[in-house]
Amino acid sequence: MKKVLVLVLLVIVGYFLTDTFNLIPFGENRIGNPQDEETVAGYYLNNTAEKTSVANTVTAIVVNYRGFDTLGEVTVLFLATTGLGSILFRRKEDEEEIERINKPSSSLMQTGSRVLFPLIALLGIYVFIHGHLTPGGGFQGGAIIATGFLLMLISYKNFKAGHTMLNWVESIAGITFVTIGLWGLLTGGTFLENTLPAGELNNLISGGVIPIIYIAVGFKVAAELTGVLDILLNIKPKK
Amino acid sequence: MQDFEQYNSIITTGVYGSAIALILIGLYAVLIKKHLIKIVIGLSIIDAGVHLLFVAIGYIKGGTAPIFSPGNEDAAQQMVDPVPQALVLTAIVIGFAVTAVALSLVIRLYKHHNTARIDQIKSLKW
Repeated sequence: MKKVLVLVLLVIVGYFLTDTFNLIPFGENRIGNPQDEETVAGYYLNNTAEKTSVANTVTAIVVNYRGFDTLGEVTVLFLATTGLGSILFRRKEDEEEIERINKPSSSLMQTGSRVLFPLIALLGIYVFIHGHLTPGGGFQGGAIIATGFLLMLISYKNFKAGHTMLNWVESIAGITFVTIGLWGLLTGGTFLENTLPAGELNNLISGGVIPIIYIAVGFKVAAELTGVLDILLNIKPKK
Repeated sequence: MQDFEQYNSIITTGVYGSAIALILIGLYAVLIKKHLIKIVIGLSIIDAGVHLLFVAIGYIKGGTAPIFSPGNEDAAQQMVDPVPQALVLTAIVIGFAVTAVALSLVIRLYKHHNTARIDQIKSLKW
């Protein structure tokens, strides 16, 4: 009975979704001519290259035009990590009973992940340093670095991610972001104002504060994701 | 021309259809499944469907990625809408945070009730 009801509901939801999206033609040019700056996207596409010297428009939107939003997003990620830690809180006396759920992995896995880990970390750092030039950025690079840590965590039973270190990296990255924002408020007038010289398009050192903020975001995301993985992998098995 | 239009309508149906199908599959899992992990997976599938829908709405026929590369600095005419992509970048990270917190709550519930199936957690019923 419940299944029938749910299926009827799904049919209704599916019908109205399809009906709505039939009104939005796929692939139609909705931003108009970028030169006349009538739409938000037209303004971004027209002005990003000249005003901020950032090749990747998405990066310019995420870090500069919507930088305050990104600060909030990073805060949500931080809150999720903190909430995860407090929900799965362990008391100190239980500490010696902590065991990894997974069994120790084979030596093939261990050697392989030891070889791969520096390469994965290097790829992640490359992705977030070049976030303003190529596809990618702080969030993506941080996620790549966290997968490297995940590989190490599941192949070495006693690999410790070092929570003090993670907290320091996370805090310094967050403070850098806020400090750059306040610096813009002091010197330029608005929060996260791009006060540094914009430089030349498609150079590594260009875009003013955008690469600095994205590198900080990369370190912060990497530390937070590694923290989440470490907490989730260190859950005490049931007695 | 006829062929092209037919092809285009197939692509439209495919992209929108798969996004809507993902949302419906996720909704089904959330409503029908009893295991909490499966419900969290359903939420993630809804997330994926919504992201696909966003990026699909921002797509422009024949458009390139909104990145200026050396040699085509004035290619802004052919680029797809960058705003939905930036929004999806935000939404993916928030989706990750939601999934992580939901999973930690599932772990807590499992430890407390010895089961992660909602039909066996008796204290929820009255």
